[in-house]
Amino acid sequence: MTELMQAPAPTIRGPLRGIYAGNTRSVVMRGLQVMARTNWVVVLTGFFEPVFYLLSMGVGLGALIGTVEFYGADVPYAAYIAPALMAVSAMNGAVYDSTMNVFFKMNFAKLYQQMLSTSLGPLDVALGEILLALFRGLLYACGFMLVTTLMGLNLSWTAVLAIPAALVVAFGFASFGMAVTSYMKTFQHLDYVYFLMMPMFLLSATFFPIEVYPAGLQWVIQALPLWHGVDMIRQLTTGLIQPSILIHLLYFGVMIVLGLWFTTSRLRALFLR
Amino acid sequence: MPAPVIEATGLTKRYGEFTAVDGIDFAIEPGEAFGFLGPNGAGKSTTMRMIAATSTRTSGALRVLGFDPAEHGPEIRAQLGIVPQADQLDEELRVIDNLIVYGRYFGLPLPYVKRRAEELLEFAQLTEKRKARVDGLSGGMKRRLTIARGLINAPKAMLLDEPTTGLDPQARHVLWDRLFRLKEEGTTLVLTTHYMDEAEQLCDRLVVVDKGTIVAEGSPASLIRQYSTREVLEVRFGSARNAAAAEAIEGIGQRIEVLPDRVLVYDDDGEAAMSAVHERGLSPITSLVRRSSLEDVFLRLTGRSLID
Repeated sequence: MTELMQAPAPTIRGPLRGIYAGNTRSVVMRGLQVMARTNWVVVLTGFFEPVFYLLSMGVGLGALIGTVEFYGADVPYAAYIAPALMAVSAMNGAVYDSTMNVFFKMNFAKLYQQMLSTSLGPLDVALGEILLALFRGLLYACGFMLVTTLMGLNLSWTAVLAIPAALVVAFGFASFGMAVTSYMKTFQHLDYVYFLMMPMFLLSATFFPIEVYPAGLQWVIQALPLWHGVDMIRQLTTGLIQPSILIHLLYFGVMIVLGLWFTTSRLRALFLR
Repeated sequence: MPAPVIEATGLTKRYGEFTAVDGIDFAIEPGEAFGFLGPNGAGKSTTMRMIAATSTRTSGALRVLGFDPAEHGPEIRAQLGIVPQADQLDEELRVIDNLIVYGRYFGLPLPYVKRRAEELLEFAQLTEKRKARVDGLSGGMKRRLTIARGLINAPKAMLLDEPTTGLDPQARHVLWDRLFRLKEEGTTLVLTTHYMDEAEQLCDRLVVVDKGTIVAEGSPASLIRQYSTREVLEVRFGSARNAAAAEAIEGIGQRIEVLPDRVLVYDDDGEAAMSAVHERGLSPITSLVRRSSLEDVFLRLTGRSLID
């Protein structure tokens, strides 16, 4: 018989005490264990979507369009939309994981109730789940990067920075997505999310420059997170880096912090009331 | 005398207008098997959730293992074993992995958790199901796995919410046997139940709860002594005639309760009460003399049956 070991008491002090136990790792490991066994096919399908867009629009339409102007330089059309599709793929990976998967775990598998019956706090769970969504975003980003590199669509060495940038994008969407999911009661509610994502995907200067819009509409597009992701990654893969990249980073920084705070307080309201 | 493991004074939980738990006091000693006995909706599960720091109290004082649950949820849960009413197992993981992963949530080292998981599987009599999928287990197996899982962190107290509800009699006895062993090893058990036989079997001491308040407290035997007679005579006259018959047997025994399907006559000597009924010229369809149970205590205290 093994000598019994008591669970270590969480040592977190300060304002996070009671909501964080410093054991996010166990949540992530559980997710990876499940992903390795059951979900990898789903992960794979998410990778192909942007590749098909790239082939049909970038290569196909690109032959008709030629080049597009981006910060004063002419960029081949395929190289113009490839970074945008990378941002979209990071967004999709993060959003699917933090909405559909989280919804299932929350309402059917009762996974979070289980986790919150242990010494884990809601912030451990929220961070862990978001990191898992991020991991998926990372897989998509790396896979897509490989494809665009082989196709010669990365115009500068700074393109390698597109991978961490895609992670930042995924982090922002995942932390917000999970908070939004916590309000959903039925699977139909998830459709609202996809209904919003579709126009954002098509209109956030993904396939054409933002200058085609009238000034007022440009402001609306620039308020949306995907535009910041697209412009940031496009600056990196084309090497046409502007000071505005800092604004994009700041935008996602705020989104991540707000999303985490929001998710944690929602988990607390739902499971620790 | 050691400090209580769990101590509550004036513990109250309100959801909007509804008061689920209405100012209850109790203290649970180390090594004790303590029960909350009451019907569904009495506030038992809410009380358990407040103890487990997964629900915050509205008012009153609560100390669990020396901590205030409102401030120290993770610290408290690190030392508790929680067995919720619905099993809530991780269906995406195999049986053994349910234990290992759960142990990791507590921050226990992997090699230790792996070794301990095998021992707990044996305790739960599930070693053969080691690699099985959780959704293929029977109700009793799932419950045993949930209990094994709750033991992975070597808890100072085990919280069991309706541990045998929904199980067949054989599965219940297997489970009771496992819980007895835990009790013998000195684990503090806190359980809720609406089965009086379960409370009598497992609890050293219990409180009877109804509508969010405690209506009585004591050991099963002392509660029966205090609130009931030694024996009970149950007579049935047919549902249409029970009320009329009850009037006719008025005065026999110490107390009479009329239920829709039968009349209960409380008397220390049930056989004597039966003779008295026959002497009055009444002939019940069926009659039965039995010892008083907690069910009778509950009926006496609330005027209602435990299981509606």
